[in-house]
Amino acid sequence: MLRLIGQRLIALIPLLFIVSVLTFSFTALLPGDPVDLIIGDEGTAEQYEMVRERLGMNVPIVSRYFQWLGRAAQGDLGTSFFNSVPVMDAVMQRLPVTISLTAVSALIAVIVGMAAGIAAALNPRSWIDRLATFGATLGQAIPNFWFGILLVAFFAVSLRWFPATGFTPLSTSPWEWLRSVTLPALALGLSSSAAIARQVRSAMVGVLQQDYIRAARAQGLSRRRVVFKHVLKNALIPVVAVLSFQITILLGGALIVEQVFAINGLGSLAISAVRQQDIPMIQGIVLVSVFIVVAIQLTTDMIYGFLNPKARPS
Amino acid sequence: MGDKPLIEINDLWVTYWARSAFQLRSKPFHAVKGVSLSIKAGQTLGIVGESGSGKSSLANAVLGLVPVESGTIRFDQHELSAMKTRYPAAVRKQIQAVFQDPFSSLNPSMTVEDIISEPLRVHTKMSNDQRRDLVVELLELVSLSKDHLKRHPHEFSGGQRQRIAIASALALQPKLLVLDEPVSALDVSTQNQIINLLYERRDALGIAYMLIAHDLALVHHISDRIAVMYLGHIVEEGPADRVYKNPAHPYTKALLEAVPLLDPAKQRARRAARKAQPAYDTPRDAQVGCPYKNRCAQVLPKCQTQAPTPFSVKGGGVASCFLVADAQPTSEAL
Repeated sequence: MLRLIGQRLIALIPLLFIVSVLTFSFTALLPGDPVDLIIGDEGTAEQYEMVRERLGMNVPIVSRYFQWLGRAAQGDLGTSFFNSVPVMDAVMQRLPVTISLTAVSALIAVIVGMAAGIAAALNPRSWIDRLATFGATLGQAIPNFWFGILLVAFFAVSLRWFPATGFTPLSTSPWEWLRSVTLPALALGLSSSAAIARQVRSAMVGVLQQDYIRAARAQGLSRRRVVFKHVLKNALIPVVAVLSFQITILLGGALIVEQVFAINGLGSLAISAVRQQDIPMIQGIVLVSVFIVVAIQLTTDMIYGFLNPKARPS
Repeated sequence: MGDKPLIEINDLWVTYWARSAFQLRSKPFHAVKGVSLSIKAGQTLGIVGESGSGKSSLANAVLGLVPVESGTIRFDQHELSAMKTRYPAAVRKQIQAVFQDPFSSLNPSMTVEDIISEPLRVHTKMSNDQRRDLVVELLELVSLSKDHLKRHPHEFSGGQRQRIAIASALALQPKLLVLDEPVSALDVSTQNQIINLLYERRDALGIAYMLIAHDLALVHHISDRIAVMYLGHIVEEGPADRVYKNPAHPYTKALLEAVPLLDPAKQRARRAARKAQPAYDTPRDAQVGCPYKNRCAQVLPKCQTQAPTPFSVKGGGVASCFLVADAQPTSEAL
């Protein structure tokens, strides 16, 4: 197991290097000039040169990259072109919002998806199975922002159970946090729970047909022991693989759902940074997001190795 | 030989209710049709028949994995068929099983130790040390060693996996072992090793076997009695040697003739004879007369309308065929 972790960590180094090069060069290739945006239409040539000098854009791109990389490795992602706020501070301020939204929706997706998938697989061709399959198709077809608007209209505007917009940090009030995060997390988690339900169902149906399930039943094991110990552990192997990129999708989806619910997360920060061509901010957001995605994949790889002995290096 | 049988099956029916999307009513599919069998303690009953003959359904019914439509299964003192599908633990421990495909019958996420010790964990109150010792003992019994304890099934060959499955099935010292085609997924050299292992274990531990296979030649070495199944019926039953050497039912003869002969000329003649015979099964629904009538080379007019009952065969056992009855007109049995 330690070997698996070690192998994966070493494999991360080239990956992160490539990502950093791409992030840096893509932002440099953006059309338009941030300096023009800063000095505005009335700016003179001297002002232009001055701002360029101040932003460090006169230095050749390769040495700019290594300067940026060196500082990024120490946790300094530079300062915003527009309000002189350190990028790290701005990202870290918004990150908990997006993370809690993503985490809660992942939790909802896993719980709903697993429950529906297990129930459907254990009762094949029953009404439960049909309902779950229909629900999964619907869930994958409905766009999350539209479902979010429906949720707001029903639960926030009509029933007034939840706030329609905004976000309360967990540290301020756990109860208010839960109230503010429930609707966006539901909207976001819908399609992932559908994808997970489908995966759980088909994986479990496959495992249930295996002879070791027949053997376990023949040995006189209780139904619960058979389902949870023999079926589920093996059925979870493909599910974990799906989960890894479902969480990545959730992270991307969070940026959209945040807009529907007017939540100041990483999404709105990213959108304004792109609009203003705030290059250090864009680079910082992308780099941090990549780190999170890589961490998620590392964790799911670990769970995968734990569940599947064949995936462990021998 | 007058002792009571360990397991006695009487007029057993196993029926599956198949329902397709546009049908309101389920249609019955009879996999096992009125089978009666018995096995004495420490003895082996071989059950042979082609695929689809209901062998595995019979095994599943004995193991309590499928509900019994009607009929009785009596094991020791227990009436099993009255218990619907879940047997009490006392019975459960006594009947264990080994299945056909060792690549699918071992849980890939468990270690060998977990697999072999699981029945012990569920059915006994042994301490961890006791259990570990017993697992090592069982591994040695099937010619594996304690170095294999922490390995996973994917690290073993087919024959080794089947040994692990056998060790797990023997863990609770059952009185009856149901072997559902235990060697047909293995290659020929390994088949003999596993058969020999089963042979040794039976004689050492006094377990009764219900050995299901499609290869009569393989089964007859290890069996005391052989039953031949065709389309859910038992068409012939008797002492292993008699059934193998002097088959009475035309279907048993056909099964034996499916084994190729070494002499090419004889084999050619036999193949020509086989081609002359009709080779389709009777539809399972609305069956009248003998189940084998459409494939039988020696079919009689009365086979079309009348189903033959079991008749005694010279040399022991019974066969459900009018030809047997005509050969021995006075000896209607059962």
